Amino acid sequence: MASYTTARKRAENLGASGDGTHHHWTNIVTSVALVVLIPLFVFTFGSILGRPYAEAALALSNPFVALVIGLTLLVGLVHFRHGVQVVLEDYAHGTPRRLMIIAAICATYAILAAGLLAVARLAF
Amino acid sequence: MPDIPRGNRPLSPFMIGPHYRLQWTSFSSILTRITGNALIVGTVLIVWWLLAASMGPDAFATADAVLRSWFGDLVLLGSLWALWYHTLAGIRHLVWSTGRFMEIHVAETLGKAIFGGSFVLTILTVLILWLV
Repeated sequence: MASYTTARKRAENLGASGDGTHHHWTNIVTSVALVVLIPLFVFTFGSILGRPYAEAALALSNPFVALVIGLTLLVGLVHFRHGVQVVLEDYAHGTPRRLMIIAAICATYAILAAGLLAVARLAF
Repeated sequence: MPDIPRGNRPLSPFMIGPHYRLQWTSFSSILTRITGNALIVGTVLIVWWLLAASMGPDAFATADAVLRSWFGDLVLLGSLWALWYHTLAGIRHLVWSTGRFMEIHVAETLGKAIFGGSFVLTILTVLILWLV
């Protein structure tokens, strides 16, 4: 179909992806946050796993622990959602690509919601 | 004004194998992708464990038994290594984004360093969590 906008006008500021560098920038920001969050999460969660129920539940009700786990799940899964999209864009094409990207994003948000619900229930 | 024809464009071939020897740069890049995606398995296990803990002792007992079984240990230990590897690889990308350490021999060394470093961090983490 003929387009009345020039090729330059369509490409300006947006690049081949159509949304410019926004996707890449989101993963840069989340990766910087995760450099701090991952070590905190590993040692917080790692020291709780293995304890009996009462002790684990008490530890998980601590606001700092809840924040570390909640933030790591939030930022980590948003990072995952963008990363997995790039993989699908590389290896899948056409309608299967779109369907898989939609499925992956929906599944990621479902896992994220379940995790945040659990953290909130344990904290309150 | 006619649009640019978009069909029949050549696609870049998959090079690794007959045309391209696997190097530390490509190996470490592929491993970044594999670890990043594989981490969803450990994430689902941990979210299930948290959800179970929020539901009460009975649900917790089931999830806790799975996470602390040999299967759970294997997945969590693998996830720990994948997490450290992906983190180190991510830091490498952040450094590369500033334009530093892009020379081929330096990039090769960085690949070896993050691969070795991920095992060191994994062993250190297990030791620290074991002893403390």
